[in-house]
Amino acid sequence: MTTSATVPDWDAELQVYEPHRAGIPPLRPYFRDLFQRLPFAAEFSRSGMKAAHSETVFGQLWLVLNPLMLALVYFLLVNVISQSNAGPEALARIVGGIFIFYFFSGAVSTGAGSVTTGGRLILNMAFPRLLMPLAAVRTAFFRFLPTVPVYLVFHIIAGGAWTWMMPLGLVFLGLLTLFAMGMAAFMATVQVYFRDASSFLPYFLRIWLYISPVLWSPELAESRFGHYAKLMVLNPLYSLIGGWTDLTLNGVMPSATIWIAATSWALVALVGGSLYFLSRERDFAVRI
Amino acid sequence: MISLSASDRSTSVSETKLEPGVQDATGAVQDSPPVDEAEKSRRKTPKQTPLPGEPPTVSVQDVTIVYRTTFEKVPTFKSAIVRLGRGERAVREVEAVNHVSFDVPRGTSLGIIGANGAGKSTLMRSIAGVLPPTSGRIEVRGKISSLLALGVGFNGLLSGRENVILGGLAAGLSRDQVEERAREVAEFAEIGEFMDLPMRTYSSGMYQRLAFSVSVHMDPDILLIDEALSAGDASFKVKASEKMSELMSSSRAMFLVSHSLGSIEQMCDDCIWMHKGKLMMHDSPERCISAYTKFLKVGEDAFTLDDL
Ligand SMILES: Nc1ncnc2c1ncn2[C@@H]1O[C@H](COP(=O)(O)OP(=O)(O)O)[C@@H](O)[C@H]1O
Ligand SMILES: [Mg+2]
Repeated sequence: MTTSATVPDWDAELQVYEPHRAGIPPLRPYFRDLFQRLPFAAEFSRSGMKAAHSETVFGQLWLVLNPLMLALVYFLLVNVISQSNAGPEALARIVGGIFIFYFFSGAVSTGAGSVTTGGRLILNMAFPRLLMPLAAVRTAFFRFLPTVPVYLVFHIIAGGAWTWMMPLGLVFLGLLTLFAMGMAAFMATVQVYFRDASSFLPYFLRIWLYISPVLWSPELAESRFGHYAKLMVLNPLYSLIGGWTDLTLNGVMPSATIWIAATSWALVALVGGSLYFLSRERDFAVRI
Repeated sequence: MISLSASDRSTSVSETKLEPGVQDATGAVQDSPPVDEAEKSRRKTPKQTPLPGEPPTVSVQDVTIVYRTTFEKVPTFKSAIVRLGRGERAVREVEAVNHVSFDVPRGTSLGIIGANGAGKSTLMRSIAGVLPPTSGRIEVRGKISSLLALGVGFNGLLSGRENVILGGLAAGLSRDQVEERAREVAEFAEIGEFMDLPMRTYSSGMYQRLAFSVSVHMDPDILLIDEALSAGDASFKVKASEKMSELMSSSRAMFLVSHSLGSIEQMCDDCIWMHKGKLMMHDSPERCISAYTKFLKVGEDAFTLDDL
């Protein structure tokens, strides 16, 4: 009935399912599928946020209050520990830094659980699994958005610079998002094999926060560590968050090293994390 | 009603509605209808037939599927370290499907019967492309409704409509298509305002109705229905089996997993019986069902196929 009018081409719609050797699936059809189904990732994230009441007024308020309180606590702590009176400028840096770090850590920790909590969806539907960590990153991003105006208030209080360079910060935000996607994909894969990865993750992220220029400024590191401060670029967040803070808060153009390091880290994480995920994803359904 | 929005199917609504009088036969009592009546109902449904030289729509070739589960309930770093100390192996392998082969030509509706844990759902998942076979090969020609019955309702916090929309988007439909589909699904499932309430508030009957409606409204070439037909009350069953007969004429192949042997006998013209991952029998529904019921009565040990 369906094909009687056409020339029979029996293999036009043929799909073959065969055992996979550990390896990467054909990339072109995979990513065609992935892009075609991006609306799924968007809807998945949107409905997840709705279920978590993130879209209500109090939900939004909480999204801001949570990192804000954290920032205030850290600000106090820094003041006590360094026994100096850090001013509003330091406050703005810590608030801005915590907000963006919160975005990153939220993306990675939700992303880490995205496959293992995907349960029925993963077991019964065939779709590119990479959409799951991507949806998690989207969720984290939309939770980050309401904190931006709050940061701007602190920026005004601190008398921060308003320069034409501020919008360039978006480049670093974009790079950080790519980096987060790669890390989310990587952690999601790890968690399929080791379910307690999620309980180590908070400690890991906490340490990462302390070694990144969130609570302290890069200049401070240079004055304290001298030459060794150059090694800081080995920490991806040093360039990614440092560049963001430089442009948005300080109105300073980051050095070429920072630009190059941030771009490289973002690409390395994105490609590496995705490929690791892809090489394992056909194994997920039998391990959930 | 069948939706056709922008799908690549060329069957039209009018074509689908052409089969007359299926209702009386299929609408009758669901469980164990007289065989001759079932025979009649099958003849009445105009089905697609394989064209000369056409390869089977679905071909399962010596397929084995192994789940890898861990000893522990969940695999962790901690247990990995403990195990390393004891020198144990981490994974336990479950052979859910064991060297199964069969072909399904165009126009077939294949019933799959077998006890719990026989590997029926696993086999369906691999035909849908969710689980790659551990060995062997599966060839599928056509678009599958990969939305298996249980694919819907993965998030109890979301409403039925949201679940349907998510499932459709994951299956690769566009947003417009999916919203249209969700309306039809809601209408068919007749769950009223529950469609927009969180799925955790559903009764199991409502849940299954929705699941069934979803799998028949995704406009597939190949229809997979896994135990969703036991859905709901008598009137919904009638409606469901009418819908299935309607779909049988428009879809290329249908797979029906059910514990209701009556439905299998009524709706399928081919049948496989699985037990503990093995294909025990591939024959007409009548013969498979009688062998299976006999098997259930005498018990596994006393049974050999020669007894038939
Ligand atoms: N996700 C899974 N992980 C590990 N084992 C599984 C999983 N799903 C099913 N199994 C095992 O595979 C076998 C077949 O299960 P299944 O295909 O669901 O059977 P059926 O649908 O016929 O009841 C059972 O032994 C079951 O325990
Ligand atoms: Mg089952």
